[in-house]
Formats: sequence, C-alpha cells, structure tokens
Amino acid sequence: MSPIDANVYYVPHKSRWPFVAVIGMFLCMVGAANWLNGHEPAGQIILTIGALTVIGMMFGWFGNVIGESLKGTFNNQADSSFRLGMMWFIMSEIFFFAAFFGGLFYIRTLVVPWLGGAGDKGIITNGYIWQGFSAAWPTNGPQAVGGAFTATSPWGIPLINTLLLLSSSVTITIAHHALLAGKRKRLIGFLGLTILLGVIFLGFQAHEYWESYVHLNMTLHSGIYGATFYILTGFHGLHVTIGTIMLIVIWLRCMRGHFSRDHSFGFEAVSWYWHFVDVVWCCLFLFVYIL
Amino acid sequence: MTMSSSNSKRRIVGTGIALGALLVSMAAAANPVPWQMNLPQGVTKVSHQIWDLHMAALWVCVGLAIVVYGAMFIAIVRFRRSKGAVAGTWHENRVLEIAWTALPVLILAGLAAPATILTRDMYNATDSQMTVKVTGYQWLWRYDYISYDGKPVTKVPTVWSRLAWDSNTARQLDSGVSPWSVVDKQTGEHDYLLNVTEPLVIPAGVKVRFLITADDVIHGWWVPDFAAKRDAIPGIMNDAWAKVDKPGIYRGQCYVLCGQDHSAMPIVVKVLPKDQFNAWLAAQQSKATLDKAARTAEVTPPQPVPAKG
Amino acid sequence: MSSTAQAVHYGEHHQSFFERWFMSTNHKDIGTLYLSFSFLMLFVGGSFAMLIRAELFEPGMQLMQPYFFNELTSMHGLIMIFGVIMPSFVGLANWMIPMQIGAPDMALPRLNNLSFWLLPFAFILMLSTFFMPGGAPAAGWTMYPPLVLQGGESIAFLIFSIHLLGISSVLGSINIIATVLNMRAPGMDLLKMPMFCWSWLITSFLVIAVMPVLSGAVTMVLFDRFFGTNFFNAAAGGDPVMYQHVFWFFGHPEVYIMILPAFGIVSEIVPVFSRKPLFGYKAMVFAIACIAFLSFLVWSHHMFTVGLPLGGEVFFMYATMLIAVPTGVKIFNWVATMWKGSLSFETPMLWAIGFIVLFSIGGFSGVMMALVPADFQYYGTYFIVAHFHYVLVGGALFSIIGAVYYWLPKWSGHMYSSFWGKLHFWSSVISVNVLFFPQQFLGFAGMPRRIPDYNVAFADWNMVSSIGGFWFGATQLIFVGVVIHCVFFSKQKATSRVWEHAYGLEWTLPSPAPHHSFTEPPAIDDSQLAHGTLTH
Ligand code: HEA
Ligand code: HEA
Ligand code: CUA
Ligand SMILES: [Cu+2]
Repeated sequence: MSPIDANVYYVPHKSRWPFVAVIGMFLCMVGAANWLNGHEPAGQIILTIGALTVIGMMFGWFGNVIGESLKGTFNNQADSSFRLGMMWFIMSEIFFFAAFFGGLFYIRTLVVPWLGGAGDKGIITNGYIWQGFSAAWPTNGPQAVGGAFTATSPWGIPLINTLLLLSSSVTITIAHHALLAGKRKRLIGFLGLTILLGVIFLGFQAHEYWESYVHLNMTLHSGIYGATFYILTGFHGLHVTIGTIMLIVIWLRCMRGHFSRDHSFGFEAVSWYWHFVDVVWCCLFLFVYIL
Repeated sequence: MTMSSSNSKRRIVGTGIALGALLVSMAAAANPVPWQMNLPQGVTKVSHQIWDLHMAALWVCVGLAIVVYGAMFIAIVRFRRSKGAVAGTWHENRVLEIAWTALPVLILAGLAAPATILTRDMYNATDSQMTVKVTGYQWLWRYDYISYDGKPVTKVPTVWSRLAWDSNTARQLDSGVSPWSVVDKQTGEHDYLLNVTEPLVIPAGVKVRFLITADDVIHGWWVPDFAAKRDAIPGIMNDAWAKVDKPGIYRGQCYVLCGQDHSAMPIVVKVLPKDQFNAWLAAQQSKATLDKAARTAEVTPPQPVPAKG
Repeated sequence: MSSTAQAVHYGEHHQSFFERWFMSTNHKDIGTLYLSFSFLMLFVGGSFAMLIRAELFEPGMQLMQPYFFNELTSMHGLIMIFGVIMPSFVGLANWMIPMQIGAPDMALPRLNNLSFWLLPFAFILMLSTFFMPGGAPAAGWTMYPPLVLQGGESIAFLIFSIHLLGISSVLGSINIIATVLNMRAPGMDLLKMPMFCWSWLITSFLVIAVMPVLSGAVTMVLFDRFFGTNFFNAAAGGDPVMYQHVFWFFGHPEVYIMILPAFGIVSEIVPVFSRKPLFGYKAMVFAIACIAFLSFLVWSHHMFTVGLPLGGEVFFMYATMLIAVPTGVKIFNWVATMWKGSLSFETPMLWAIGFIVLFSIGGFSGVMMALVPADFQYYGTYFIVAHFHYVLVGGALFSIIGAVYYWLPKWSGHMYSSFWGKLHFWSSVISVNVLFFPQQFLGFAGMPRRIPDYNVAFADWNMVSSIGGFWFGATQLIFVGVVIHCVFFSKQKATSRVWEHAYGLEWTLPSPAPHHSFTEPPAIDDSQLAHGTLTH
C-alpha cells in the first residue's frame, strides 16, 4: 500500500456524514409523504426527526470540511474540483427553474390562446368546450378557478425587491474585492449588508404573499396564474432563504478569519449562488410580473 | 416527390422478396388477424399513403441493415485472427467518413419530403361534410353528431359506446369464459375486447371530421384502418378526419393508458353506404321523438360493470 | 497551505464492514456498490417483466387484476431505467474513470458515497408503495396527469423518491465532470482520453440539464395533487399536455443518458478485439456531442398524436431524423474498426457485436417512428415497446453486460469461465429476439401497449414473445453464476493486461487493481494509450 502524496492528490478520510445525510433526507421524505397523506402526527414526527438529522449532519459534515480546510488539507486540485462541483450544481438549479419557466411559456404562448379561441385548435377548443372565454393574462381559466383575483403590480414591492437583490449582488462583489485586497472590515461590513438586503427581500416577499392572500384573493388555487406565480416565486424565495443562510455562515467564517486571498472557495461558492439567485429573480421579474 | 400510392406500391412489391410478399398479403386484412406481421393498409387514402411511407421506410431500413450487417459479416469472416488475419493500422478515411455522413442525410431527406406533405394533408380537415364529437371517459366512448351535409344534427341521441357485454364477462379474472368463445354472431369474427354495445355509425364516401376530447383523463381515439388518431385530452379539443369509401365495420382501441380498464374501451365504427346511412339517421331522429321509456328499452343494452381492481 | 501536507495512508486494512461499505470514499468500493445494487434491481424489475409476460402469455385475465398489471408495468419501467441502467453506468464510471485517466479516486469522494446511498433509499420509498392503500403508481413510467393524480397514497412517495433519484444522479454527474476535467494525469489530453470517459463526460452534462427538469415536472404533479394548484387543468387555464412537454424535455435526453455510455463501452471493446485503433476517434467524440446536443430538440416526437401545431410536428420530425446521422457515424466507424482488423471473439467482443446489431435494429425502428404520419399508426402500440427494448435491452443492457465481461478480471483479479460467458451471450441474443421481434408485428397489427388483456388475434405472437421472455430471464441466471464464480471461486489469476491488445492506463495496473488506483500521477507513454498516438 503505497501512500498517497497529499501534495498531488487529495483523497478524503472516510466519513459517516454522507450516510447520515441520506438517512436524514429519507426520513424527511417519509415524514412529508405520510403527512401529505394525512397520517398525523406520525408524518410530522418523522419529518422533524429527519430535518433534525439533516441539520445535525450539516453541522457535522461542514464542520468537518471547514476544519480540514483550515488545516490546509485541500490542495489546488481539490480546490478546483470544488469549484467545478459548485458551478455544475448551480447549472442544475438553473435547469430546475427552466422547467417551470418552460411550462409558463408554453401555457402563455399556446394554451391560453387556444382556450380563448386562437388558431385552428383554438376554434374548436373554445367553440365546443369553453365558449365565451377570452384569452387574457393573468388568468385563472375559463372556469375562473379560485375566484376573481387581482395580480400584484410589478411596480410596487416587486420593483423594490429587484433593486434590493441587484444591489445585494453589488455589495457581495465589493465584499469579494475587499477579501482579495485583504480589507477585513470592509469585507465583513459589505457581507453583512448583503445579508441584510437578502433578509429585507424575504420580508417584503412574505408581505407580498400575505397581501395577495388576504386582500387580492390571489392564491395557489387561482388557476394557472396562481399556480405558476407561486411555484416560481416560491421556489425562488426558498433559494433566497438558503442563500441567506449560506451567507450568514460565510459571514461568521469571515469574522473568524477563515478566508484569505488565495483561499476563498467557500466565499466564492456562496457568492456565485447569490448571483444565480439574483439572475433568476430578474427573469421572474420580467416574465412573471411585467409581461 | 409525392408518394403516388399505386406506383410506389408496385415498386416496393417489385423489390420484395418472399418475406415482403408475406407482409403485403397480411396487410390486406381489415381487422387484426392471427400471426399478422404488418400494418393494415386501411381503407382511406391517407391510410394507404401512410402504409406506403411505412413500407418505404421499412425497406430503407432493411437495405441499410443489409449494408451494415453485411459489411460486419464480411469482416467477421475475412479478418479473423484464427484465420491468420493481420491487423492493419487503417483508422481514418476522410472521404469515407464524409460519404457516410452525407448519404444518410440524403436518404432521410427522401423520406422526410413525402412525410411532410402527408402530414400537411392529415392536418387539413377543411371541406369535411360531417362532424362528430368524440369524448373519452373512464371507460367508454361518447359520440355526439354535430353536423351533417352542412346542417346541424340535433335530434340524434348521443351514442354511449361501451365494451360489449360478452367480452366484459369473459375478461373478468377467473371468469371461466374463454376469450376464444367471444364471437360475432353474424360474421363469426373473434371480437373479444373489440366489440361495443353501440358503434359509431358514419356514411361511406363522406369526409368526416372527428372532434376528440375527454372528460376525465387522457384517452386516445384510433381506428387503424382510417389512420385517424388523436389524443383525447380533457379540456382541450383535437381533431382528426377520415373519408372512408368502403362500407364495413372497423375496430380500434384506446391507445393512451387511462387506468384499470384501458384495455376495455374499444372503438367500433360502422360505415354504411350513404343512402343506408341517411335512412339510419332519419330513423334515429324520429326515434328521438318517441317517448323516453320506449327508447330506453329499445336501445340501451345491459350496462357492463367495470372490473374491480 | 498545502505545504503542511504529509503523505497519508488510507488503506483498506483495518476497516470494519460498516466503515468500508457505508462510509466509503473509495471509487472502487462505491462502484461495486452501484453495480451490485443495479444487479439486484435488474432482478426485481426483471421479475416484474416476467409477471407481465406471464399475464400476456394468452388472452384473458389469468393472474392479476388489471390495475395491478398497470402497477407492474409502471414500476418495471421506473426500476429498469432509474434502478438498473443509470446506476450501473454510474458504477462503471466510478470503477473505470479514475483508472482510465490516471487518478487515485473520484474528485469528490464523499459526495460519491452520498450519491450512491440515496439510491437504495429512494427505491425503498418507491417499492414500499406496493404495500399501501391504493397500491403502487400505475400511470406508466411517464406518470401523465390527470391519470397519475388518481393514484392513492403512492403519489407522494413516488415523487419524493424521484427527487432523491434526481439528486443522486445530478451529484454523481457533477462528480464525474469534476473528475474528468480536473483529475487527469499530466499528459492525458482530452483528445487522448478513452471513449468511455468522453461518453460519460457528455452524458453528465445531459444528466445535469434534465434530471432537475424531471424534478420540476413531478413537483407540479405534487402541487396539483396536494396543494390545490391547477397546472394540468384546462378549466383553470392549464393543460395536461404541459406536463408532457416538460416530461419529455427530460425524457428524450434521458434515453441518450442510457445509451451514450454504452457507445463509450462498445468503442472500448471493439478496437481491442479487432487489434486495431478505433476508427475515426475524433469523429466518434464529435458524434456523441452532436447526439447530445440534438437530444434537446426532439422531445415532442413522443407527442406526435397529442395535437401539436403542424409546424411543431414537422420540426420535431426533422430534428429526430437528424439524430440518425451522428448515430450512423458511430455504427459505421465501429464496422470500419473491425474492417481489416485481426478479429477474435472473446466474450466481451460477442456482446459488443450483439450490441451493434440489436441497437441498430432499435435505431431503425426509431427512425420509422420519427416519420410523423407513420408514427400516427405506431404511437401507443407494441411497436414502441419493441423499439425501446431493442435499444435498452439489446443496447444499454447488452453493453453493460459486455463491460462486466471486459473489466471483471481487472476488478476481481480472476478470469471467469469464457464458456459460460459465451453461452450466456448466445442464449441471450437469440432469446431477446424471440422476445422482442414479435412485438414489432404486434404493434403493426395494432396491439396497444400497457394492456393486460387483448383480442385473440394477438395471441400467437404474444405467446412467442412470452416464451422468449422466460428464456431470456432464465438465461440471466447464468450471468449470476458466472459473476459469483469469478469473484469468489475462480482460481485462474488475471494478468494485468488481461486482453492481449488492451491499451490504456487501466491495463497498466495490476489485477485486481490496487485500492487507490494511482497514488501518484503515472508517467504517460502515448504508445500505451488506446488513442495516444493517433493523428487527428
Ligand atoms: C436507449 C434508449 C433509446 C435510444 C438510443 C433511442 C433512439 C431513438 N429513438 Fe427512441 N425511445 C426510447 C428509447 C430510446 N430511443 C424509449 C424508452 C421510448 C418510449 C418511451 C415511452 O413512451 O415510454 C422511445 C420512443 C421513441 C419515439 C416515440 C414513439 C412513440 O411513442 O410514438 C420516437 C419517435 O420518433 C423515437 C425515435 C428514436 C430515434 C429516431 C432514435 C435514434 O437515436 C436512433 C438512431 C439509430 C439508428 C438510426 C441506427 C443506426 C444508424 C445507421 C446504421 C445509419 C443510417 C440510418 C439511417 C439513414 C436511417 N423513440
Ligand atoms: C430500461 C430497461 C428495460 C429493460 C432492461 C427491460 C427488460 C424487459 N422488459 Fe421492459 N420496459 C421498459 C424498460 C426495460 N425493460 C420500459 C421503460 C417500459 C415502459 C413502461 C411503461 O409503459 O410505462 C417497459 C415495458 C415493458 C413491457 C410492456 C408492458 C406494457 O406495455 O404493459 C413489456 C412486455 O413484454 C416488457 C418486457 C420486458 C422483458 C421481458 C424484459 C427482460 O429483458 C427482462 C429480463 C429479466 C431479467 C433480466 C431478470 C429476471 C430473471 C429472473 C427473476 C429469474 C427467474 C426467471 C425465470 C426462470 C423465467 N417491458
Ligand atoms: Cu381510455 Cu385508454
Ligand atoms: Cu425520444
């Protein structure tokens, strides 16, 4: 058994965390599925155990990795593997959103016009099944499923949120430059500002949802508009939440001086993720709110 | 390059070997027959053209297979090490590589051209003289006559077309009834799972447009001999058309998985000569004015129960 | 930072069973786990297929209620695709890619372990639905709404298990990309890489692009079922067909995910037993890339009868037909590799040749289906079933079995019985045709797929097909025997090169390969690489 030269290759220790992660995720899903099927409280209990396992796993695994990172276990090759990993993970996230955007485009450019009588197919679809329905967007369909509703105007909270996220992309970039220039105060300040912007964004979004539900009758049940609106903005909001948590972790690590000029993968990964979340929002703003 | 049907048929059959002849003869039957090996030619112009396209594609594939497998076979026989073959170093040839990229493109273009024209025809339901609305349910078909000869049809009762009673008995698990015992009394044809309580009736020689939709889940309405086929989607209307010249009884099946009795919602279309159809239609219309009780007794067959799952 | 590094021993010596198999960071052990798991699932999915063929042996219902038949069909498809073909390719990638590019392990070994262990748990979720009220999912592996929404408790479990499978395969692919791009030994240029690595690199991109789309599609189903949304309800402005578009945007690239690695494997095996370099290496790489690219533009060929606008039909027909061109390049290049070679027919070569023949039969029927008017007569029939079993069983599965016969001596250090290997091949190749060729006739005659019972006119060919099915299934027991014998009982030691003309880094390692394949970057001698000295 010849030893591996750790200057050349990085091969990590065995770890129990991946297996713990799987158990945690499995329990979450078993719990959630049981809950959805109305098996209460067993569902919630299993889900909670699963979620706690996952959280514990994250502390364990990430703590482990951070420790290794501080010990200098990761060489340049490992560093670029991590970078590649993060890049392609973000790519897969992009495609996850693409599924919903694709669905939205299909509905808007083809289905709603058909239901409203456009084109050969529309003539028969509208004429024999949905007489009297005329295409419009937003819509909750010929049967006005979910009842009359009002869509939020893009120029209120959504516009503010756009500006918030855009400026948070700027602040995180400034923080990155500060990191590269070794200016710690500046780094911590601007990173903190980024987190703040993210949190405000989430607050506004929560408020917007509340408004929609309570005053505008715009809910998940509001036909295809409500469905596409909430699945897109909802999954985006979830990603902002995850991104914010990651930012907080990175912020704490910055305060402890974990990163340096040529040792900043963790920081950069989170900033890429944040930029990705930002870009998705811009698409949302355009295609969900404005158009 | 349109597929003039008789021409290309002659050409194809001309090149046919014994297997080809067998395939062709099988194809003439109207409903599925034991040991059938090929598509039915069907009874509409479109179904014939599709059959020609299908045969053309099939023979192209057979030809290419002969070339590819032939070359491999020769290599396997000639270049065996056990026979002392010594390996060359031949591992590139620009000309060959370009050739076997370009040739398939040409062959494919030759198939795509007629296919495009035919697709366009199949999408062209204009000039239809009759419209029937077809609705799929779990697990039966509903037919409503909408218009005929430029006039709306109002008084013909809706046709509810369920699996015929004898098939339904035989298909139950452990029914003890052999599927082979299910036969059409008049023709002796084995119509197990292919017969319904009440068929759709349409006239011969008339371009009929089918408006196809569903009420619960997605179904599929298909009569192979007409080459009329479209998904029946709840809330969306599709259309297909057929002009059938030859009177007869044509059968098909639901082709989109729609739950436990997906195999038990056949389609039967009875094509009547035009005068007979007109008479039938008139009878239906007057029947509709009879009192409801009498009509129910006359037309509604026993209701088959779906299998328990 | 890395200056503090010292040499580290991670041996396989003192590790407990649990440590070795559950906490592994070793690409070989994880590869073994993947392969064993998919082998097991082959028998689970295969036994469902045997039940299907038994019910279809003759007309009439003999064994089960129709709904249960639908459960079997759906689970058979899901298990075979996500539990057999995909994991076994990932298992092969785990075993071979580090060895082929001269690396000690995968780039992200812990992630690797996570990717694997998600699988068994995902399938526990999925298979447990058989025991639930309402039974297992029964709407086909394609899970079309609205039908899928009628399922019982299984829906949530099915969807979550698909989420886990998606995470597993995306993480697995990320790992493969990082490994191939980042772990190659110095001198192993991309264009000297073995074809198997190339095929997996490109496949990984496909996985990353489409598995999340599947997750998105089933998530919409989940929301429609449990949270009152109306994605697939026209009354609310939605459309059931929207699901189909999203699903097939995943689904079509998915089928190439299941065949590109197979292309890689066959491109490894054929040159070795032809004793000649692969013909047109660069064209082969390019062809795979083309196929992958085109695979994103053809999804609606699964929906020709759904009522697409005319322009859509025609576009998707052309794009689909175009895929035959790069695929043809691959077939022709394999034949040209054999041409003027010095052929011998050891077990792996037989499977590779079987692959070429059977895959192209399936490919040809694919091209026939790409013709819109013709597909109107084929769609939803057994012709489709025959098509995809030719490409999946005759293609993907054959290549996997061939790969096992090719690399097993390297993994285990022992030779297997080539007599039984060849018998396995001949029995399989004959029975698979008895099994699936008649299904083409059934499809032409108009027999719909996903039915438990049929008219008596379809009886004869179904009986033939079922006989072929039992024969093929029973034949696979030989495979079990050969593998178990080779790993645990065979006395015949394998040399490091195993096959006389095998070139590439994996053959420079002893058999069985050491725990960490390359502990330091190997010095690369171009003449020892399969594609090292080719002029491009
Ligand atoms: C490994 C999996 C795999 C592969 C590789 C393919 C390859 C191809 N498939 Fe297949 N397909 C499936 C798996 C696969 N398919 C599955 C699972 C389904 C059904 C899903 C479901 O509904 O459940 C399906 C369904 C399916 C349909 C839908 C049919 C329907 O439902 O009505 C179509 C239609 O176009 C199609 C076409 C093709 C084509 C054109 C190829 C091409 O890539 C084939 C190219 C290969 C060749 C053509 C042979 C070799 C080439 C030459 C020798 C060169 C010269 C050839 C010519 C010029 C023709 N496939
Ligand atoms: C991905 C790969 C894959 C593989 C490898 C297979 C393998 C097989 N498939 Fe599968 N099949 C699919 C993918 C696959 N299938 C898909 C995607 C569908 C569509 C599902 C849908 O419509 O939703 C399908 C559907 C499908 C149908 C249509 C069902 C229907 O429409 O209702 C049929 C019918 O014959 C069938 C048969 C078989 C058979 C006989 C095998 C054989 O090759 C299996 C061989 C068996 C084994 C390898 C192991 C079993 C052996 C034993 C348990 C030992 C004991 C046995 C004996 C002694 C006999 N399959
Ligand atoms: Cu109705 Cu299948
Ligand atoms: Cu496809």
